[in-house]
Amino acid sequence: MSNSSTSKKSVLWDWLTTVDHKKIGIMYFFGGLFFFTIAGLEAMLMRIQLMFPEMSFLHEQTYNEVLTMHGTTMLFLAAMPLFFAFMNFVVPLQIGARDVAFPFINSLGFWLFLFGGLLLNLSWFTGGAPDAGWTAYAPLSTTSAGHGLDYYIMGLQVSGAGTLMSGINFLVTIVNMRAPGMSMMRMPLFTWTTFVTSMLILFAFPALTVGLLLLMMDRIFGGAFFDVAMGGNVVIYQHLFWIFGHPEVYILILPAFGIFSEVISTFAKKRLFGYSAMVFATMIIGFLGFMVWAHHMFTVGMGPIANAIFAVATMAIAVPTGIKIFNWLLTLWGGRIRFTVANLFALAFIPSFVMGGVTGVQLAMSAADYQFHDTYFVVAHFHYVIIGGSVFGIFSATFYWWPKMFGYRLSESLGRWFFWLFLIGFHLTFFVQHFLGLIGMPRRVASYLDGQGLNEMNFISSMGAFMMAFAFILLVINVFVSRKNTDDVQDPWDGRTLEWATTSPVQEYNFAQTPLVRELDAFWHEKQFGDGRMKAAEPLDDIHMPNGSILPIIITTGLTVASFGVIYSTWSIIILGLLINFGAMFVRSIKEDHGYHIPVSEIKREQGEGK
Amino acid sequence: MADQHAAANQPLPANPEKATLEGRNKYLGFWFFLGGETVLFGSLFGAYLGLRGSTEGAPGPDELFHLDLVFIMTMILLTSSLTSVFAVINLKRGHFKKLLVWMWATVALGAAFLSFEIYEFYEYYHQGLGFTVSAFASSFYTLVGTHGAHVAFGVAWITTLLIRYRKSGITLSNAPKFYTAVLYWHFIDVVWVFIFTVVYLLGVGG
Ligand SMILES: [Cu+2]
Repeated sequence: MSNSSTSKKSVLWDWLTTVDHKKIGIMYFFGGLFFFTIAGLEAMLMRIQLMFPEMSFLHEQTYNEVLTMHGTTMLFLAAMPLFFAFMNFVVPLQIGARDVAFPFINSLGFWLFLFGGLLLNLSWFTGGAPDAGWTAYAPLSTTSAGHGLDYYIMGLQVSGAGTLMSGINFLVTIVNMRAPGMSMMRMPLFTWTTFVTSMLILFAFPALTVGLLLLMMDRIFGGAFFDVAMGGNVVIYQHLFWIFGHPEVYILILPAFGIFSEVISTFAKKRLFGYSAMVFATMIIGFLGFMVWAHHMFTVGMGPIANAIFAVATMAIAVPTGIKIFNWLLTLWGGRIRFTVANLFALAFIPSFVMGGVTGVQLAMSAADYQFHDTYFVVAHFHYVIIGGSVFGIFSATFYWWPKMFGYRLSESLGRWFFWLFLIGFHLTFFVQHFLGLIGMPRRVASYLDGQGLNEMNFISSMGAFMMAFAFILLVINVFVSRKNTDDVQDPWDGRTLEWATTSPVQEYNFAQTPLVRELDAFWHEKQFGDGRMKAAEPLDDIHMPNGSILPIIITTGLTVASFGVIYSTWSIIILGLLINFGAMFVRSIKEDHGYHIPVSEIKREQGEGK
Repeated sequence: MADQHAAANQPLPANPEKATLEGRNKYLGFWFFLGGETVLFGSLFGAYLGLRGSTEGAPGPDELFHLDLVFIMTMILLTSSLTSVFAVINLKRGHFKKLLVWMWATVALGAAFLSFEIYEFYEYYHQGLGFTVSAFASSFYTLVGTHGAHVAFGVAWITTLLIRYRKSGITLSNAPKFYTAVLYWHFIDVVWVFIFTVVYLLGVGG
């Protein structure tokens, strides 16, 4: 490994070994986008199959696999990594840090996500993907033939381990690495939501780890956890899955709330209304998120008392969420609103997400849920919150932070086409699904009969899906044709938070001198009351940076090989993988890495170019 | 960052494990990690409690468990926590040799515990409790086995540290490593106390 950043490394080697949070953020972005595209194509296959009654475009078994992989990929491998992309890139900048707390573990987390995702998708080429839905309920999952479910179990274990590491890394970074003056109550909302999201990851993912472990014990080692004939109990799996699964929903929405708070405040040119209420609402949502998991199990037969408790707890979440909605509206109120693409997505989010919230309260009524359960009403509900919330948040963040991440601005005019097509396509696809569900169309079924009043709405839904797919192509085109917009990228939106005080693209060390934070919206404060530059909290000096390392990839490769061995119950491959894995961990733990220093002269030269 | 060799020549601060930013990061990160581990074991306990009555004709807790053996195991593990406390006291006082001795004692007790556990599982297996015979068996072996795997990992981890730093003295870079290893050791000790109560005492008495 090289001892200095100045020595020449090949570009590929640099990216494979990087521990720079910004490069890891960019890798998360493209990794997430790759899986988003795959999962989107899977959605299109389903909408083609359902475009007309009794279609035979997809075989039933294939349909089951496609629907399972669509959900699993979107949630674990697309939405979460795309949020991790922005968290990685933006949060250290927002708190004025040079790096994250654990750069090595950060890189390990990324590779685990990527290899876990690839392992899961390898199942397409080895005899069939998992087919038991993204929830993988037992005994459907424990009795599913072939190795599809084994890929599901091991792929998610590998990528889940990476997610857990990233969560701990964000938590410690936010607690320990803040610049002088950046108190907790001066942190930008996106940093706050990253903090609470990471807490949720920390306490939710281990439940999934155990759920998957028990599935593995049953499927691969002949255990009897979910084998009723041997005294097993399948409801235990449902509890474990949803103790993870409901917080997971908030893991997917809280970062979006943070993004919208940044975007709305920036483009209304106003300080966020009710900052402290926003922070506490985030914490309350995070806390209540752990109290409501059984609302997914109303029809299992838990009894009226348990159902009632979980119903009321679920409805209570509408209160802090409502506080947030009103605070966004009041931030906009009287603001000088600029309708940029980033802000358009934020503005469209408010009504779209409220619709998803209203159907959420409907579903929370446990008595009524017997009617809604397992119908397209549920499908419509969670797509309204996940697309109207999380995906809009991701797109908003993409347009907002793109200049900082990539050094050029995405085209606003092409972006507006993208926004309107996507928005209309989204509502076309999912609005009608409420009614499909109410008149009795079950979810997760490969076809429907003619003459039952389902034809027109299914056709409309499929047309909407095509519009969304077309809109997504416009986004990809935008990425390529906008490359020349390299002017005005340092602070294009007249930003408020610290990331806009850095150069674009950001230097390896983020800030030549650690900034001194004097107020909430630190950069905005200096623009209004200072000279428009951050005050320095330290003299200009050599900067210590960690060395890159190839070990994260080797550790991950070992773990992936071992997982592959587990899938096929082949001890030799398991042992080989574990040897690679523990060998690399051993090397890491005995090899002292002191990092390297960037000399003042080099920093001065780069700062001179930057200004 | 303090270079370890340079630091070795200077007097150490009172809490060497938290003297550097790296140390504080490790310390805090490890507490968070243990929070996640708590949920992991909580889930396994939940599954066990749901299935402990499902013996399906195969041997059950009251036939299998011998409290005298489990009591010895508990004492061994509690003592190993005590020796690791002595190790940390010596870490803070800067007595490197004593730190090594107490850590090796911890490792030895951990290994003794593991051998008892392997003997225990071997016994149960020969009394007809295979992993696959009942839901009780699966959940018992998974819960207690996951704890055992944690003990084994802890033994390997601390041994690696002891060999790696056998001559280095206490430094600002290795103090957090010893300290977090001891935190981990206490954690698996606490988990065992719960296993002793919920699995064994409740299994024989309740
Ligand atoms: Cu839920």
